[in-house]
Amino acid sequence: MLHTVNRSPFEKSSLESALRLAKPGSALLLLEDAVYAAVKGTVLEEKMREAARRLRVHVLGPDLQARGLEEGALIEGIGVVDYRGFVDLAVENDKVHAWV
Amino acid sequence: MQGVGTIKRFLFVNRRAPWGTGYAVEALDAVLIAAAFDQDVSVLFVDDGVYQIKKGQDTRAIGVKNFSPAYGALATCDVEKLYVERESLKARGLGEGDLLVPVRVLGAKEVAELMDEQDVILSF
Amino acid sequence: MPIEVHGKLLDTDEEGYLRNMHEWSPAVAEAMAADDHLTLTPDHWEIIHFLREYYREYQIAPAVRVLTKAVGKKLGPEKGNSKYLYELFPYGPGKLACKYAGLPKPTGCV
Repeated sequence: MLHTVNRSPFEKSSLESALRLAKPGSALLLLEDAVYAAVKGTVLEEKMREAARRLRVHVLGPDLQARGLEEGALIEGIGVVDYRGFVDLAVENDKVHAWV
Repeated sequence: MQGVGTIKRFLFVNRRAPWGTGYAVEALDAVLIAAAFDQDVSVLFVDDGVYQIKKGQDTRAIGVKNFSPAYGALATCDVEKLYVERESLKARGLGEGDLLVPVRVLGAKEVAELMDEQDVILSF
Repeated sequence: MPIEVHGKLLDTDEEGYLRNMHEWSPAVAEAMAADDHLTLTPDHWEIIHFLREYYREYQIAPAVRVLTKAVGKKLGPEKGNSKYLYELFPYGPGKLACKYAGLPKPTGCV
C-alpha cells in the first residue's frame, strides 16, 4: 500500500497519524507541504529516521525544489521521486491512501 | 438499484472534527452512497474524527443541521463495521461510553491490518 | 414551485419537495399525491408515517433500498419488497414517498 501525505507536519496531524497507522513495509510519499518533514534539522528528524527504517519513504522532487529544499538536506533513507516516479508508485501499489 | 456490480471493500477514514469543516458530512454522504450501492463498507474514526460520533451533539445554537443522528442510521443501511482508533480516543479523554454508536476499538496495529484488507481507502 | 394546501401556498423546491418540513401536514401529502393523480390509501400512509419516524430518529431520508429493507423488518416481508412499494408509489417509492412525507430527497438516491 502507498500512503501519501500532503500537509505540513507542523500544521496538521496527517503525517503523524500516517506514521502511526501505516503497516511496516508500506510506501509513504511526502508531497506538497509534507516535504518539509523530509529534511534534517527539524523536531521531527528522529521520527522520520525511524519511519525511514520501517517504511519505504519517498519525497516528491518538484515540491522540494519549489520550497528551496536541497536534496542534500534530506534525511538518509528518504528517496526522491519525480512525477513519473509518483505514478510508478501509485501503479506498483495495490491501493493508495491519501491522508488529505 | 439493479444489476450485479462488483462489490469492493471500502474503508472511509474520518479524521476531522464534525462542525469546523464540511469533511465529516461529506464523508457520511459518501458512506451512505457506497452502502446504497451494496458495497462492503467499513468506517474508521481517527484523530479528531472521533468527535464526529460523540454523544450529545446539539447544533441548534450554531444554526446548522445536526447530522450526528445519521450515524445511527448506518446500521439500517447494513453498515455495521464501525471502528475507532484507541489512541485517538484516549488522547481526547473519551471512552467508548461517550460514543453514540457501537464501535470496535482498535489499536494501531489492528488499524494497519484493517487498511491492508481494503480495496479502496478514502480519507476525509 | 409552491403548492397550495387549504388556500395556503407552501414553498417547494424544483423537484416538488417541501422546503420547510415543519409546514407538513397530512393535507400536504394529499395535495402532492393529487398532483400525481394518486389517491392515498392506508397502505400509503403506513409508509409515509414510517418514513417520518425514520427521519425523526436519524435526521436523514433513507435511500430506497434501505427503505425497502427497513419496511420489511418493521412491517413484514410482504411489504418489504420493491414490487409492493412500487405499486404504491409508481414514480419511485424513495423519491415519491419522501416527498409526500415532507422529507428532503433521500441521500444516495438510487
